[in-house]
Amino acid sequence: MSSDPHHSVISGLGGEIQEHTEVKVSHCYQCGKCSAGCPLSDEMDYPPSLIMRMLQTGNPELEEKVLRSFSIWVCLTCEMCYARCPMSIDIPKMMDYLREKAIKEKKTNPKAKQIISFHKSFLDSVRYTGKMYEVGFYADYKTRTLKILDDMMLVPPMMKRGKLRIIPEMIKDRSGIASIFRKTSKKK
Amino acid sequence: MTLGFYPGCSLKGSSREYAESVLAVAKAFDIQIQEIKDWNCCGATAAHSLNRELSLALPARVLSLAEKQGLTEIVVPCAACYGRLSSTQYELAKNPELKARVAEINGIEYNGTTTILNVIQMLDKYVTPKLEGRVVKPFEHKVACYYGCYLVRPHEVLNFDRVEEPQSMDSLMTKVGATPIDWAFKTECCGASLSISRTSSVGKLSGKIVGDAFDRGAEAIIVACPMCQSNLDMRRKEINEYLGKKIDIPVLYVTQALGLAIGLDRKSLGLQRHFVKVTV
Repeated sequence: MSSDPHHSVISGLGGEIQEHTEVKVSHCYQCGKCSAGCPLSDEMDYPPSLIMRMLQTGNPELEEKVLRSFSIWVCLTCEMCYARCPMSIDIPKMMDYLREKAIKEKKTNPKAKQIISFHKSFLDSVRYTGKMYEVGFYADYKTRTLKILDDMMLVPPMMKRGKLRIIPEMIKDRSGIASIFRKTSKKK
Repeated sequence: MTLGFYPGCSLKGSSREYAESVLAVAKAFDIQIQEIKDWNCCGATAAHSLNRELSLALPARVLSLAEKQGLTEIVVPCAACYGRLSSTQYELAKNPELKARVAEINGIEYNGTTTILNVIQMLDKYVTPKLEGRVVKPFEHKVACYYGCYLVRPHEVLNFDRVEEPQSMDSLMTKVGATPIDWAFKTECCGASLSISRTSSVGKLSGKIVGDAFDRGAEAIIVACPMCQSNLDMRRKEINEYLGKKIDIPVLYVTQALGLAIGLDRKSLGLQRHFVKVTV
């Protein structure tokens, strides 16, 4: 990057992101198109362009705020920011990295509890059946979040329309799937 | 030639009418379809949000199984699965080290040679050329073609249609007699995986989509993604609450609209399974 003096590698979390994802936060020139196009920036604590700016500063306190933000969890990975970024900065890929790091370092935003529970219940279903088994997933999610009554109204009409499969279609190669989960959860 | 089929989880459960209509249309045009044996979930948003390696390993296993089964081309009707499989293939082609690591995790050979088609690409390749003379009941309705996110983004990976104001579905719907409308929410997000964990956001985002389609006179919304369909259809209560009015325009899969136009019966297309009654 010494050949590119205007976009030098920065230290701290921004540098770490670049090292792992090739996403260069230094390329952002704060045009704001990501925040304008983001369908949920109004529900975020920091809109995407501000996240970029916070990371550019290299200030550890601001980096900590990014990791602990609600923004990284409410991000839908709809890819609109990336599609419209004049510098082609892959913000969704960066968001994935930040989410994984926040989980690893136990720095997840408390408001994101339900969103994270959804992801965890989803992956547990895949781990045990090889697939997203909707009924089992829902039971697991409700246990995690104690949102017992939410969406119960949907059950009878879904049943009536044949949209709920009560018995899961299990994958045959269950040990293969279990092994994938084991190997990918080992941290190097 | 046999076309491989990756249904993904939604098409086996809450969106089974999408699978039914894809298979009904394929049958009507003599497309030989073979499901990938013992496929697994692609990992969806959950995997890439929490674990990057897992989010690559799961789709790679599916692609490996297709290779093993001798399927050189597969159709992936779920736009989200299509995105995950395509992104994995793209990432692993770019990075040999990662490709080796994923092969080691999965313990199956992976070459990355499979051609991945979304549902529009399948229809354009195998159905459109034979469509003339088959349209017996033109779908004469004003329709809002809704592409959502993963059918067109990220463009660097998918290289399909235009990223803003895509046209492929509009062109297909014109061929079966429909009149696509101009509208502003073709590629806006419906709220996708927040449907359960943050339903209010989905009511808002999907509400804007349904509201704009309605305001511009659409009689039906046409989709190619089970998440888009579920959110716009099953979440209509939340959508109507957000909009403060009752909107009852139905949300059809592109294969259902096409199936109706070629005279397939409504039940074989799963139209009775929708929450918002399909009146078109």
